[in-house]
Amino acid sequence: MKRETSILLAWIALQIPLALIAPSFYRYGNLRDVVLSNVPVLVAAIGMTMVILVRQIDVSIGAQFAVCALAAGLLAKTGLSMPLVAIAVLAVGAVLGFVNGALVAAVKLPSIVVTLAAMVVLRDAIRWITEGAWVQNLPVHFQWFGMGQRGGEWLIVLIAVAAGALFAWSLRFLAGGRAIYATGSDAEAARLAGIDTRSITISVFILMGALTGLAALLDSVRFSSIQANAGMGFELKVIAAVVVGGTSINGGRGSVYGTLLGVAILGTIGPALTFLGINAFWEKAIQGAIILWAVVMDAILAR
Amino acid sequence: MSLLKATDITKSYAGVSALKSVSFELERGEVRALVGENGAGKSTLIKILTGAVQPDSGVVELDGRAVIDNNPHLSRALGIVAIYQQPSLFPDLTVAENIALATEKQTLLRRVDWRARRAKSRELLARVGSDIDPDAVVGTLSMPQQQIVEIGKALGTNAKVLILDEPTASLTEREVQNLFRVIRDLRAHGVGLIYISHRLEEITEIADRVTVLRDGSLVETRSMQDVTRAELIRLMVGRELAAVFPKREVALGDVVLELRGRVNLTVRAGEIVGLAGLVGAGRTELAETLFGLRPAHDLEVLLRNQRVQIDSAQQAVELGIAYVPEDRRRHGLIMEMPVAANLTLADLQAIATHGLLDFTRERKLAWKLKEELAVKTVSIDIPVDRLSGGNQQKVVIGRWLATNPAVLILDEPTQGVDVGAKSEIHRIMGELAARGLAILMISSELPEILGMSDRIAVMRGGRIEGIVDRGEATQQRVLALALGTAA
Repeated sequence: MKRETSILLAWIALQIPLALIAPSFYRYGNLRDVVLSNVPVLVAAIGMTMVILVRQIDVSIGAQFAVCALAAGLLAKTGLSMPLVAIAVLAVGAVLGFVNGALVAAVKLPSIVVTLAAMVVLRDAIRWITEGAWVQNLPVHFQWFGMGQRGGEWLIVLIAVAAGALFAWSLRFLAGGRAIYATGSDAEAARLAGIDTRSITISVFILMGALTGLAALLDSVRFSSIQANAGMGFELKVIAAVVVGGTSINGGRGSVYGTLLGVAILGTIGPALTFLGINAFWEKAIQGAIILWAVVMDAILAR
Repeated sequence: MSLLKATDITKSYAGVSALKSVSFELERGEVRALVGENGAGKSTLIKILTGAVQPDSGVVELDGRAVIDNNPHLSRALGIVAIYQQPSLFPDLTVAENIALATEKQTLLRRVDWRARRAKSRELLARVGSDIDPDAVVGTLSMPQQQIVEIGKALGTNAKVLILDEPTASLTEREVQNLFRVIRDLRAHGVGLIYISHRLEEITEIADRVTVLRDGSLVETRSMQDVTRAELIRLMVGRELAAVFPKREVALGDVVLELRGRVNLTVRAGEIVGLAGLVGAGRTELAETLFGLRPAHDLEVLLRNQRVQIDSAQQAVELGIAYVPEDRRRHGLIMEMPVAANLTLADLQAIATHGLLDFTRERKLAWKLKEELAVKTVSIDIPVDRLSGGNQQKVVIGRWLATNPAVLILDEPTQGVDVGAKSEIHRIMGELAARGLAILMISSELPEILGMSDRIAVMRGGRIEGIVDRGEATQQRVLALALGTAA
């Protein structure tokens, strides 16, 4: 059985107790909240899928998320129009990703160390600059992209779906996608086949940063203020979703479709527990068990 | 009673026989040289003596007692110690700690007597005439110093049989003489030594007797005094050119590849130039330099009379250079990808328009290459690691054909493939040469080199020792050049 199929079945199995015990879970308002709160995780997880496919990791995306969200709010307050804010935030993320990627691919440092350092540096820089102050009094054109809640919600979901479809398609149909899989499977063999593995790795980190910027933007337009500690623990959620979605931590194997399922399963479990009347303390434990199950499956299938 | 006696040792790896019924005796206080071409079976014999691999049949006896269920730990405890070309020490530990790991009892909760440990190291090293500081971290020592530590370590375990595998490869003349002094001293103390080296002059100087291995069989053991170097070489190569090599006569075109500097060599269109030499002669390094994987400090590369600078594999590919590396499992193929994806990986542009992959075109190209090279596979969609070694090699070659290269470098193209696939690969090479490719073939198998090459360049110590034309090439001549003993 394909990895993705087993994840899909697990997710469907989760629906059975929900449908029987708490059908109110499926009310429009609730489903909408569940989807919206998981959009940022999904968008960043697309980038993380590629990072893990090339056998790297980026633990700095939570901090990048905060930088991008704050940048979005501050830029909007200067009166900049929303399209320009969006472009600028994506660029900020891309630059942060580029720094990580260059240190990993050109200086050949381990990505876990590079991005851990980036995380600490960015978090402390934020604390130093903002002194913990939130960005408040966001302009009207910022919230929900100035389209009102209803329209804004639809736009957010639409953008996330478009990003998912675009990258799923690219990984399969673009030469660059093939090069990503080759690099992650066996970087040395890929290099000997004439693939520029260094550029591939840097590009993947740049895309990771830009997608983190997009995630931060799609998240912050939903609220009236932006917290200085936004995105705490975000990287863990994202990495967990990718791993649960069947992308091999050893690189070279995985898909955006699997990641979508990973986000779905981890994103549903929390609200589902509430609806089933199970103590919310169990949420983390169950999530942890799912992650462990996913990596064990990966190790067994790799044999 | 001999010190060490091996009887009828036979060993084969995956059906390829590495040792055929080899019997070998070593006396106390004897220095025995072990010589043979690459792949003659020397390493396998050593691995069996030290328990690193198990023989398929045969017995090893030490002091008249059979060594049963040999393993590295047991053989070491019995006093059989091997020292390899690359010292196998722990680089982050000190000299004394390294020696202690081999000589002291290993109990996790024993208190360490540092003073005794240092004294012991100092004493052992003094016996080999060295005053290396026992507290020096091994990683900071030079290669010869590390070798001395290895020998000291062996002395500490009261080795009865000491095996030295190419010990002088990285030593200077003075250090070699120092090592010989130590060897003579050990011999005087009754230790039996097995000395493996390609340097025939050293063997003449230090060995009492010499054993020649060829194709896994023991050819002869002679007293060092009654054998000349020329005779030794003849004994080493006595292999017959039995295999039929489908070398096609091809009209040679213009010079495609020219090297100047450290290595001077030309390869013409349609020509197969064989690169012969012993392991470590610098052949793979030369290939990697041409493919942009190593900096070309003292080498000028000309392609069709144009000087080129090759800094990366991508550049090499763009210039029309293709490289089939030695270890295809590790470097040649992406094992988990399908056959088709592996075949098209080097030239994704050929199956893509504006970066967009065209799967129909990919399948067409992959299918065409599969047919052309007669790759035996049930489907082009199965992972490439399900193919046999020979068919995997054809996939690597096929991948490069897709790029239409001008120069094809093959590193040990038929190593570890079965006989049928081997002659297929030779046939493919002939066809590619006929198409006008300039082929540079590295091979450690002399019959293959002699059978396939138009010219043979023999390397030694990173340089070309001599170039021999097909008509004048004999196994003796090539090996003599590789060993550096040519008249």
